[in-house]
Amino acid sequence: MGEITFMKGNEALAEAAIRSGLQGYFGYPITPQSEVIEYLAQQKPKHNYVLIQAESELAAVNMLYGAAGAGGRVMTTTSSPGFSLMQEGISYIACTELPCVLVNVVRGGPGLGTIQPSQGDYFQATRGGGHGDYYTPVLGPNSVQEMVDHVYLAFELADKYLTPVVILSDGAIGQMMEKVILPEPIQYKPNKPWATTGKTVDRERKILTSLFIQSEVMEKRNLKLQEKYKKIKENEVRFEEYQIDDAEIIVVAYGLCSRISKKVVEFGREAGIKMGLFRPITLWPFPLKQLEEIASKDRVKFFISIEMNAGQMVEDVKLAVLGKKPVYFYGRLGGIVPTPEETFNAIKEKLN
Amino acid sequence: MKDGYKLIYKRPKTLLSTRMHYCPGCFHSTIHKFLMEVIEELEIQDKTIGVCPVGCSVFAYDYLDIDMQEAAHGRAAAVATGIKRILPDRIVFSYQGDGDLAAIGTAETLHACNRGENFTFIFINNGIYGMTGGQMAPTTLEGQKTTTCPYGRETADSGMPMKMAEIISQFEKVAYVERVSCDTPANARKAKRAIKKAIEFQMQGLGTTFIEVASNCPSGWKCTPEESLKWLEEQVFPYFPLGVFKEPAKRRQ
Ligand SMILES: Cc1ncc(C[n+]2csc(CCOP(=O)(O)OP(=O)(O)O)c2C)c(N)n1
Ligand code: SF4
Ligand SMILES: [Mg+2]
Repeated sequence: MGEITFMKGNEALAEAAIRSGLQGYFGYPITPQSEVIEYLAQQKPKHNYVLIQAESELAAVNMLYGAAGAGGRVMTTTSSPGFSLMQEGISYIACTELPCVLVNVVRGGPGLGTIQPSQGDYFQATRGGGHGDYYTPVLGPNSVQEMVDHVYLAFELADKYLTPVVILSDGAIGQMMEKVILPEPIQYKPNKPWATTGKTVDRERKILTSLFIQSEVMEKRNLKLQEKYKKIKENEVRFEEYQIDDAEIIVVAYGLCSRISKKVVEFGREAGIKMGLFRPITLWPFPLKQLEEIASKDRVKFFISIEMNAGQMVEDVKLAVLGKKPVYFYGRLGGIVPTPEETFNAIKEKLN
Repeated sequence: MKDGYKLIYKRPKTLLSTRMHYCPGCFHSTIHKFLMEVIEELEIQDKTIGVCPVGCSVFAYDYLDIDMQEAAHGRAAAVATGIKRILPDRIVFSYQGDGDLAAIGTAETLHACNRGENFTFIFINNGIYGMTGGQMAPTTLEGQKTTTCPYGRETADSGMPMKMAEIISQFEKVAYVERVSCDTPANARKAKRAIKKAIEFQMQGLGTTFIEVASNCPSGWKCTPEESLKWLEEQVFPYFPLGVFKEPAKRRQ
C-alpha cells in the first residue's frame, strides 16, 4: 500500500518519477509545468538523480538522448512550444530505439498561445511529431492519480519496447490538486546490454545511431520499427468505458474532457437519454477496434468527440467507426475548457 | 627489433582497419588516429564514449573501436552532457565540425562550456561545410570563396569568422583550450600532445577541455592537399593563431 496524500498534478508526476527510479531529468521552464523541475530541484538532496536545467528544450531532449543511450532511466517535461522544439530529438530517439519518458503538459496554441489548458497537440503527439515514419506510445492521464500511475507505466513501456513514451497531459491536470496514492518506490535494476558504457575486452563496441545511409539498411530499420509498432498496437491499447452497455450516444473524450464528459453522460441519463462515455487512455495506439465494435451495435445512433481543440481526436474516431455511424465533434479553443452544460446542449442539438 | 627491422610506426589497436571515406590529405583521418593513439596509451578504451556529429565525421564510429553515439546536427555537446552526467567516471568526447559546433550547435556548445561539463571537445575547424559540398561556415575567412559565397565571404553580410577557441577560453569553468594543426610534423605532434593533455585533464576532473584543430578541406577548398597546407599557413593561421588559450594552471582560484 502506498502513501495517501494531496498533491498538485505536476508535483505528483515529479514524485512518481523519483519513485520510479529516476536517474536523470533534463528540462527547461515553461508554464504550466515548471513545478516538475522545481519539485525535482527541491527533492534532489535526498536522492541521487542528475538534474539539469538546460539552455533550451532542444538541448534538454538531446541530453535526454545521450543519457538514455548511456543506460539511464530518464525523463523530460515541457509544454507545447517546448514540445515542438523537442521533436527533432524525439525522432532521433525513436529511430535509435532508446527508452525515455517525455511529458507534455499541453497549453493553448498555436504560436506562443496561452498558458491555459488545451488538447491542441493531439495530432503532433499521436503522429510521431517529428520527421520520418515513427510513433511513440502516448498516454492521456485524466487525474492527478494518473499523472502518477502513467509515469510508472511510461517507464515500463519505454524499457519494454525501447521507445520514447509521451505522457500527454494538460494545464488543468498539471495544475490541479487532488487526493493521490503514491506507490512504493521501485528498486530499479536496469538491464540494458545495448547501452554505451565503454567497450570492454569481452564485447564488441556499441554504436547508437539513427543514420543508415544505404536505403536497404534504412528500410530494414524502418521495418523493424513498424514491427515494434504493430506489437504495441496489439498489446498496449488502454481505454475506459462508462455506461456504454446500453448507450445509444457514445461520447468520446480523453484527459480533462473525459471528466467533463462523465458529468455530461450523467446529465443525459437524468434526462432519459442513453449516453455512454468511451475514454481512450492510450491515444496512440488508439482503441480503433474497440470503437469499431461499438459502432457495429444497432442501438448506437452516433458518436461525438469532445475536445479542447478544433477537432483532432475526432479524426481517429472516424477512422475507427469507418462510416458505420455519424461522428460529430464539439470543442472549445484557445485554452477554454468546455462546461458540462454547454457540452450537453451541443449533444442534444445533434439529437434533433 | 626483429630480423634487423625496428618498428617505428603502427596503427593503434583502438583504430579499426576499415578503409576511411575521408578525402586524401584530409586532417579528419589524422586526428582520428591521434585520438585513438591517446586512448590506447592511456588504456581507457573500456571507459571511453564518443559522440559523432553530423558532418564529414558522421561515420567516425566506423573507424573508432569504442562505444559511440550519433548526435543530431549541432547537438553533440548536449548528448555528451547527458552521457557524462549519467556515467561520470567515463571518458567522454564530442567530435565536431565548425558548422556543427559553431553554427547550428552554438547554444549547446557555449552552455556545456559554461557549465564546465567535464568532457573533451575535438573541434575540427576547416572553414567550410565539407559534408554538404563546400558551403560557407561560420569560420570561413573573409574573402574566401565557397559555394554559398562564390565571390568570397563578405563580412558586411555574414560577419567575421568566429574564433571559437578564443571565445571558449573566456568561460570560467573551462580548464583547457588549445588550437592546433597538422600541417607539419611538428604541429601534428603538438596536436597529439594537446589531445592527450585534454583527456588527462578530463580524467582529473578539471572541467571542459577544448581542442580546436585548424583543419583543412582540400575538396571543399577546391585545391590539392599540398595547396591546402599552404593556405593554412598563409591565410588561416594569421587569423586563427595556434597555441594554448587556457590551461589549468592559469585558472583563477
Ligand atoms: C538539422 C540539419 N540541418 C542541416 C543538415 C545538413 N548538414 C549536414 S552536415 C552539415 C554541415 C557540416 O559542416 P561541418 O560541421 O563544418 O563539418 P565538416 O563536414 O566540415 O567536417 C550540414 C549543414 C543536417 N544534417 N541537419
Ligand atoms: S570534404 Fe573536406 S572535410 Fe570532408 S573528408 Fe573531404 S576533405 Fe575532409
Ligand atoms: Mg567544417
